[in-house]
Amino acid sequence: MPIYRSHILICGGTGCTSSGAGEVTEAFKKAITEKGLADEVLVVPTGCHGMCEMGPIVVVYPEGTFYCRVQKTDVAELVEEHIYKGRPVQRLMYSAGEDVPVIPHYKEIPFYGKQHRIALKNCGYINPDNIDEYIVRGGYEALGKALLSMKPEQVIDEVKASGLRGRGGGGFSTGLKWSFCASAKGDKKYVICNADEGDPGAFMDRSLLEGDPHSIIEGMSLGAFAMGADEGYIYCRAEYPLAIQRLKTAMAQAEEYGLLGENIMDSGFSFTLHVKEGAGAFVCGEETALMASIEGRRGMPRPRPPFPANSGLWGCPTNINNVETWANVPQIISHGGAWYASLGTEKSKGTKVFALTGKVKHTGLVEVPMGITLREIIFEIGGGILDDKKFKAVQIGGPSGGCLTEEHLDTPVSYESLTALGAIMGSGGLVVMDETTCMVDVAKFFLEFTQKESCGKCVPCREGTKHMLLLLEKITEGKGTMEDLDTLEGLANMVKEMSLCGLGQTAPNPVLTTLRYFRDEYEAHIRDHKCPAGACAALLEYRIIPELCKKCGICAKNCPVKCIPGDRNTGYRIDTDRCIRCGTCFEKCPFGAIEKK
Amino acid sequence: MAFSAEEVREKTRKIVDPWRNGKGGLIPILQAVQEQLGYLPMEALETISRDLKIPSSEIYGVATFYAQFHLKPRGRHVVRVCRGTACHVRGSLKILDSVKEITGVEENQTTEDLRFTIEPVACLGACGLAPVMMIDTRTFGRLTPDMVKGILDKFE
Repeated sequence: MPIYRSHILICGGTGCTSSGAGEVTEAFKKAITEKGLADEVLVVPTGCHGMCEMGPIVVVYPEGTFYCRVQKTDVAELVEEHIYKGRPVQRLMYSAGEDVPVIPHYKEIPFYGKQHRIALKNCGYINPDNIDEYIVRGGYEALGKALLSMKPEQVIDEVKASGLRGRGGGGFSTGLKWSFCASAKGDKKYVICNADEGDPGAFMDRSLLEGDPHSIIEGMSLGAFAMGADEGYIYCRAEYPLAIQRLKTAMAQAEEYGLLGENIMDSGFSFTLHVKEGAGAFVCGEETALMASIEGRRGMPRPRPPFPANSGLWGCPTNINNVETWANVPQIISHGGAWYASLGTEKSKGTKVFALTGKVKHTGLVEVPMGITLREIIFEIGGGILDDKKFKAVQIGGPSGGCLTEEHLDTPVSYESLTALGAIMGSGGLVVMDETTCMVDVAKFFLEFTQKESCGKCVPCREGTKHMLLLLEKITEGKGTMEDLDTLEGLANMVKEMSLCGLGQTAPNPVLTTLRYFRDEYEAHIRDHKCPAGACAALLEYRIIPELCKKCGICAKNCPVKCIPGDRNTGYRIDTDRCIRCGTCFEKCPFGAIEKK
Repeated sequence: MAFSAEEVREKTRKIVDPWRNGKGGLIPILQAVQEQLGYLPMEALETISRDLKIPSSEIYGVATFYAQFHLKPRGRHVVRVCRGTACHVRGSLKILDSVKEITGVEENQTTEDLRFTIEPVACLGACGLAPVMMIDTRTFGRLTPDMVKGILDKFE
């Protein structure tokens, strides 16, 4: 392998690609060649760095200089100044705001400082399409160690000792789950990777698949060896075309190197892997539904037992783990279970990747040790609330999770603590909400989602979510009664207790937690016919503030229903009876002279 | 992309062939048929049923269960507006409204000239760039309603 004096790492994740990273990469390659530096400097497309909002992200090594929002027009300057003359370009470095000094290095940025990257170790450092880069970073070392020097039981013991729990939401002990499958009777066993990441607001699996596909392949090979399986499936959402493409490339490379397929490393162990594309059904994230889908049937869950460990895919013992869970396995085997268990809380070990999104300054992917507080994640890593508005709630765990408030910000994050508050760890989506977010609207939003995705097999979920949604619609339109709140709560508890699978059992969580922590907002919608956050359109009233109005008439000109009578001499007013509350005037007014209440 | 009934059967047969003795082929077959033909015509479903000996009721059940499959022709470009949580709190409903206004069709409908199909989607996983939409395989992020027209104009 040739040696380069400098590496330019450009993020090729979905976020940065849609911000123009592809063009930036091409421009760098061209500029480096033109300068005659192609033998000294290597341009590497990598996986996700996590700070998607600041993309496209470019990191120059060995210094580790971090550039953000780089456009192709910036490339000539970067190459000329930084690469050629050795003078880093301040203008493109990260800064926490205007007039705040820039932070030149990757490691010093608060967004990265508090993170502890295990699953995301390679994301953003290596070219995911090049197996050599994975191997240089210690890749396939764990597989070699297990195949050549460990017994399958020892692999399971190591995973047990690590305390790793299912990262897809369930939080069940991974080692224990493996031991069930290992001891199940059957000649043919399967391992499956659940990459049907469907929670709105979660994209950690996508980034892992796109940024470090080999870690998942290696993790699954280790699992297959430990449990005695010889075939595996990665069930990936069709909405993730880049992830599927990178997985297929990685699998082909691993096969070529003899790290996947027949008789791996001459150990006698064989493992065949397939990628299966999902077809767009959220419920397929549930393990029994996922297996039905692989078998080519409607993805509907079935009652358990029998558990997949005894009777799974095509009736054979099967083990299903989520992407992030698999990605942790190689490092646990390399460094030992005790090493992994040294991080985290008493019952929740290791790290967890969160997708931090919503009204927070720095959105993106963060990997932190369990036990960190929500405040540290949102305010220190995430940089606080966008536009310095007031924090109101954080929705954790996607549509199956719950909304937590200011008073919960100092709770250490663990499976147990979140469940106790009515939320769940879930897949790790963290959507931050500020004072302009209406909690009733949020509950309605999630229920619209789960209602649409309910597979329709069991009555509590199919009918219960529908009627909960009708009640929420009634309330957000200002037509609700106080009695509706009790009906809603009763219905929610019924759906939670009686549904067949995880989808229905957790669908009421957003409603129950908002009722528990934001009941006053529900009551304001019902009693005062007002939406305190100003989000529910049917309850809004728009009004022109005469003191601020410059009588320009832009509002009247843009009003789609012509309900703003007046002229440039006498001024304008909004005819509330005819107003359809579209908000056009509010957005178009150049002077902020229109208020909504 | 109009195919005669016979062409549809012929193309479907070619896709089904490698799966005749395998298992779990139905969904990949439907995906491949849709990829080639743009949607799932009735003749294709009948051919799969006959060749794989799966009742057509079961095939219809699978084809209508998954959001990805379509029994009617689709537009040349599929506009997927993300309606995930992160996009929702950053104003994705207004983006969807803007797309609907410009194209003149509702959610899950196709324009008459078969140029666009509008499809809200639960989450595109690009939450860091919210609000987001995806046209065919290209993702557009940090959108505001007035950017929509310029983006749609790029797709003929």
